[in-house]
Amino acid sequence: MALKVERSTPESRGFAVFLVLALAALAALPYYAGPGAMRLVAEMAYYLALAQLWNLLAGYAGLVSVGQQAFVGLGGYSLYYLTSEFNVHPLVALMLAGPIAAAISLPMAFAVFRLRGAYFAVGTWVLAEIFALAISLVERLGAGSGMSLTPAIVRQIAPDRAGRELAVYWIALAIVVIVFAAAYLLLRSRHGLALTAIRDSEPASESLGVDTFRTKLMVYVVTAGCTGCVGAFIFLQKLRISPEAGFSVNDWTVVVIFMVVIGGIGTLEGPIVGMLVYFGLRETLAQYGTWYLILLGMAAVAIMLLAQDGLWGLVVRRFNLHLFPVRRHLAR
Amino acid sequence: MTDWLNILIQGALLGGLYALFAVGLSLSFGIMRLVNIAHGDLIVLAAYVALVVINATGLYSIATLLVVVPAMFALGYALQRWLLNYTLSGGLLPPLLVSFGISVIIENLLLQIFGASTYRLQAGAIETQSFALGGIYIGAYPLLVFATAFAAIAALQVLFYRTGLGRAFRATSDDADTAELMGIDNRHLYAVAMAIAMIFTAVAGVLMAIRETFDPAAGPIRLIFAFEAVIIGGLGSLWGTLLGGMVLGVAQAVGGALSPTWEILAGHLAFLVVLLLRPSGLFPHTRD
Repeated sequence: MALKVERSTPESRGFAVFLVLALAALAALPYYAGPGAMRLVAEMAYYLALAQLWNLLAGYAGLVSVGQQAFVGLGGYSLYYLTSEFNVHPLVALMLAGPIAAAISLPMAFAVFRLRGAYFAVGTWVLAEIFALAISLVERLGAGSGMSLTPAIVRQIAPDRAGRELAVYWIALAIVVIVFAAAYLLLRSRHGLALTAIRDSEPASESLGVDTFRTKLMVYVVTAGCTGCVGAFIFLQKLRISPEAGFSVNDWTVVVIFMVVIGGIGTLEGPIVGMLVYFGLRETLAQYGTWYLILLGMAAVAIMLLAQDGLWGLVVRRFNLHLFPVRRHLAR
Repeated sequence: MTDWLNILIQGALLGGLYALFAVGLSLSFGIMRLVNIAHGDLIVLAAYVALVVINATGLYSIATLLVVVPAMFALGYALQRWLLNYTLSGGLLPPLLVSFGISVIIENLLLQIFGASTYRLQAGAIETQSFALGGIYIGAYPLLVFATAFAAIAALQVLFYRTGLGRAFRATSDDADTAELMGIDNRHLYAVAMAIAMIFTAVAGVLMAIRETFDPAAGPIRLIFAFEAVIIGGLGSLWGTLLGGMVLGVAQAVGGALSPTWEILAGHLAFLVVLLLRPSGLFPHTRD
């Protein structure tokens, strides 16, 4: 009986079909739902993208950053600066924001990579604070009060409001699809094998010849670029940016960390589960103030103590279900 | 000239407060290798405990330490013994994310209970008194804070190097497994260490609440100041932490003198410069 190495499983092939159908249904959402639903789905989409990026960084490369809001803010400000000062088309600026954030992240890495573990976490946070404070000193960028996108710039996306809402919605979907595709392809590549090895044991992967420093640096810079692009999108849709909103640790990092930890860190599926749990709790408990944040905090603590691989980890343990075929297994 | 001297002295005295912020963080890292992300929120929690005590009893603000210190001591013991201890065996993520979760829980509970308004504690005449030495003015309250920080670090130094408990701390820090073989109960010892760290956190919280306003969201920036003082001073060095706090305080005072918007930024930049030029800090003592 011949054995062969396979990556896909019957479940993952079924899931791929489901994924295509679900995406088609979501893409068609504007034709059967109102702008409220579109805004919520767009928000879910960009949060899912942020969560997957943080998951790659913390779950795979072991770089627990509490400073990803630096790149959200930098991406947002890049978009505002490019469109207002150089008349760049907003969609072009959206694509340029990624490389800009990635370029800025490279020198930052040389500072924060000197710190390990939790000190790395706080170090990245300090850098984000530095950017927020520095930008609030720059008159050109609206200083502390921030900037708005002028109607002339906004009209470049689409001349009327309905067209803009449609464009923004589809861009959100495109961003999350691209981030997932990139993460999936990265994990199936040579670098993905190195990353998974680092996730499981850093010293062991190093002893087998994985260049952990370069792999981590690559992940840091790539996720910074993608986070910058997501940030540019977030503030393209919000039409206003300020240092406080752009570099908010609560909005762009705390919430994202909860999603990943609750869903299951170090798996591609985890952030999806965590994102759904977060929005479920937020939408049902929003009228009771910040209790949903307290509940999320407790859930994160409980999961770290009792089931470190999160809700998705429980599913994997019970049903051995892998929806994204990134691992190899023997098949007949 | 004396203007700048005054600014330097004010900054150095402010560094005493930052050193008090940092001592607890430094202690839990030194003994448990635990970086407590909730540290800043625990400082703010201590300030709120003092506020509640004052409102209930009318006690003088500094005297609330008689209640706040034991309360935080007990909380520290419980937190470490029944929560944080369970995170120490499983690698990097659990302690980080559990303390991160605690941070968010504390901040939002304070927000639910006390609302978002800012508070400040009153300490009476001492807040405004100052001594004149030539052209230099030294505020009585900043001097008191600095003296407290100095005394706190001297006391810890004695605890570490002159007592049996200190020997146990150092042994566990060097090699937790061997220390356990020698009959030390690490779980209890870690809880005691966190309780001691909380004594300094309580003092820092009350002294901070008299010097500046606080609100439920005031924790994270205190964690950052504490962290900067520890890194500037060098990991594991107690006197280094005091000097790190002073460097941070001076940088902020000089930045603030140039322009108020530069105050915090100048402190962050001083931290960044030290990190780039001397990554192990100005007075390194132990490796991680």
